[in-house]
Amino acid sequence: MVRIVFDRAACVGHNRCYLLAPALFDVDDEGYAVPLVEGELPAELEAAARLAADNCPEFAITIEGGDA
Amino acid sequence: MADWATDFDHTTDQWAADAPGIWERLRTTCPVAHSDRFGGTWLPTRHADVAAIAHDTDHFTSNSVIVADYRPDVPAPMGFAPPITSDPPFHEFARRLLLPAFSPKAIAVLEEPTRAFCSALIEELLESGPEVDAATGYAQHIPVRVIAHLLGVPPEDGDRFRRFIHRILERPGQAGPVDPSDMLTTYLEGVVADHRRSPRDDLVSYLIDLEIDGVSLSDQHVIGTIALLLIAGIDTTWSAIGASLWHLAQHPEDRARLVAEPEVMTFAVEEFLRLYAPVTMARIVARDTEIGGCPVAEGDWVLLPFPAANRDPEAFEDPERFVVDRERNRHAAFGLGIHRCLGSNLARLELRVAVEEWLRRVPDFELSDPDAVRWSTGQVRGPRSLPVRVLS
Repeated sequence: MVRIVFDRAACVGHNRCYLLAPALFDVDDEGYAVPLVEGELPAELEAAARLAADNCPEFAITIEGGDA
Repeated sequence: MADWATDFDHTTDQWAADAPGIWERLRTTCPVAHSDRFGGTWLPTRHADVAAIAHDTDHFTSNSVIVADYRPDVPAPMGFAPPITSDPPFHEFARRLLLPAFSPKAIAVLEEPTRAFCSALIEELLESGPEVDAATGYAQHIPVRVIAHLLGVPPEDGDRFRRFIHRILERPGQAGPVDPSDMLTTYLEGVVADHRRSPRDDLVSYLIDLEIDGVSLSDQHVIGTIALLLIAGIDTTWSAIGASLWHLAQHPEDRARLVAEPEVMTFAVEEFLRLYAPVTMARIVARDTEIGGCPVAEGDWVLLPFPAANRDPEAFEDPERFVVDRERNRHAAFGLGIHRCLGSNLARLELRVAVEEWLRRVPDFELSDPDAVRWSTGQVRGPRSLPVRVLS
């Protein structure tokens, strides 16, 4: 099982996740990320989740499980 | 030759000509460099050190973010230009007033006017022939127009903005005596007075009208914030646009890829921002501490070279190489921590649209005189002269 974990305290609103993975992240009125999926990831969103994690300058997104 | 490890000066032409090379050599030989200039200044070049300082608002104050011979004259926690010069807890108050205006959804409406403006600029520029300056003829005008629109100041004042900004950013403290009527604050006092007389739907009127628990913002706060938006949004963005076009002029394979696969642009924009990040910030040490094991004392300046952090092999694979579709790219072009560039979504939009429109009209071009390309001095890095020849 692959899970996505979002650390709200680390997010400062770079908005990289919202640009790269809009199915997983929205933004609030102040531009902070709002996760649309928490915990277990549907298989079809795994690649997008890894992309969001790999581009977050604050390391606020973690992917747990899987092979990478 | 200067000893960059012990006597660097980032405001010289020698520095500007080779900053990426200087960062790389320092990172391997002396990763926290020092200079006695400006009353004592440190220069870390590793990503880990830059990130640690950006996240440590206890030991490093933002009271001034431009290293100069003089010290900030508006005290913490507000500083001259809130929120960039502010420290917690005031910083969060000042920043939250502005965040909604710069959220990605609020900024998206500027895409079409920005595109129309870029397109018209290119058409006008090409009328002068196939050899043009892509920096002063194109890149320079884009953020001036967008910021003037957002703030509600006349776009024809663009030359004055650029003069203020040049004085503040490229030659800090070296301009000599300045006529008070030609000072940024005098200009902004006029802008605020004009908006008080005739309010309109723009950011200046928004700041003037704001009331927090029945209390308006101080004039210092309003003028400082407008100064910030004007200074921070212009040199930075045209530097990024110019540097991206400088890259594309020399890399036909990247031009071809972006023309053939426009969806790669999302990644290309971030790669331009990583490799050609324009902005180096600064802090002042608030309490004695250390940077990467190197002791620093209260009152010392610290440069925060995000562009150097973006080229650290500890943080990026093959960092000196431009990879148009780089998929792992945690670049720090917009800073790190609570001071993340407020205008990052606007800057990103301007950069993407400016490059898209340029490539749509000028898919093939080259540097017409590589030796004539001149990079800016100071903490904002970009080409200030960029002669190109349009090939098709």
